[in-house]
Amino acid sequence: MIDLGKYTVTVLSAYGAGILLLAGIILQTIAANARARRALEEQEKRG
Amino acid sequence: MSIWEYANPVKFMRASGAVLPWVVGGAAICTLGGLIWGFLTPDDFKQGSTVKILFLHVPAALMAINCWMMMLVASLIWIVRRHHVSALAAKAAAPVGAVMTLIALITGAVWGQPMWGTWWEWDPRLTSFLILFLFYLGYIALWEAVEDPDSAADLTGVLCLVGSVFALLSRYAVLFWNQGLHQGASLSVASGERMSATYRYPLYLAMLGFFLLTVALILIRTRTEIRRRRLAALLARENRA
Repeated sequence: MIDLGKYTVTVLSAYGAGILLLAGIILQTIAANARARRALEEQEKRG
Repeated sequence: MSIWEYANPVKFMRASGAVLPWVVGGAAICTLGGLIWGFLTPDDFKQGSTVKILFLHVPAALMAINCWMMMLVASLIWIVRRHHVSALAAKAAAPVGAVMTLIALITGAVWGQPMWGTWWEWDPRLTSFLILFLFYLGYIALWEAVEDPDSAADLTGVLCLVGSVFALLSRYAVLFWNQGLHQGASLSVASGERMSATYRYPLYLAMLGFFLLTVALILIRTRTEIRRRRLAALLARENRA
């Protein structure tokens, strides 16, 4: 385990917040793209 | 072959679909590699282990500014040449840029508390970055508020031009004003290398990773916007029939 010394909370909270935000935008982007693709495919099948 | 061919949504979808797996793969390898390598670097003699925050903060800040610059170019293409794909690309980039700005602000504040003794200071770079974040939010809100997509693209294009002042200011603020807390550029071609290779190489990798990640997210989001626009056109046609 890496010893972060007296700044353990500082470093881990910065990485935690950054990775959480990155994961959020990645997941939201993938989900929105999948929704849009499904909706368009359904509409094209109907039309 | 002209670059303007990719203003055609069908050609854009085909070309972006072909490059996307490579960009996503490169983004995953470089971002994870850069962050893990950065996390494993030894402590700095002054900053201790907080130096590891650099590998998240600097690439995010770089992409926050560059995302707005990309939106500026795309908006100018829309305003001058009326290519819909460019307007949709600008719209697609805004949430990505907003997240990058937020990461830079949060990691900067978390680093600043032990190093500067304060979470926040009305320093020129910090303040211009906060204004840039507010511009991102305003830009996203304006797209949602205007119903007609062409009018929304026009209005957000103008907002993007105005916001570019703050995007540039957030990059060069430390050079204009010397009274700020924020230090100058960590990496500079003009003034030589200021950083040890121990930190410089993982930082380069993380920067490349964040660049590829931003490109991948913008490509996927632009494809989403094109699909939404096509769906709206099909629904409008069905309602007319």
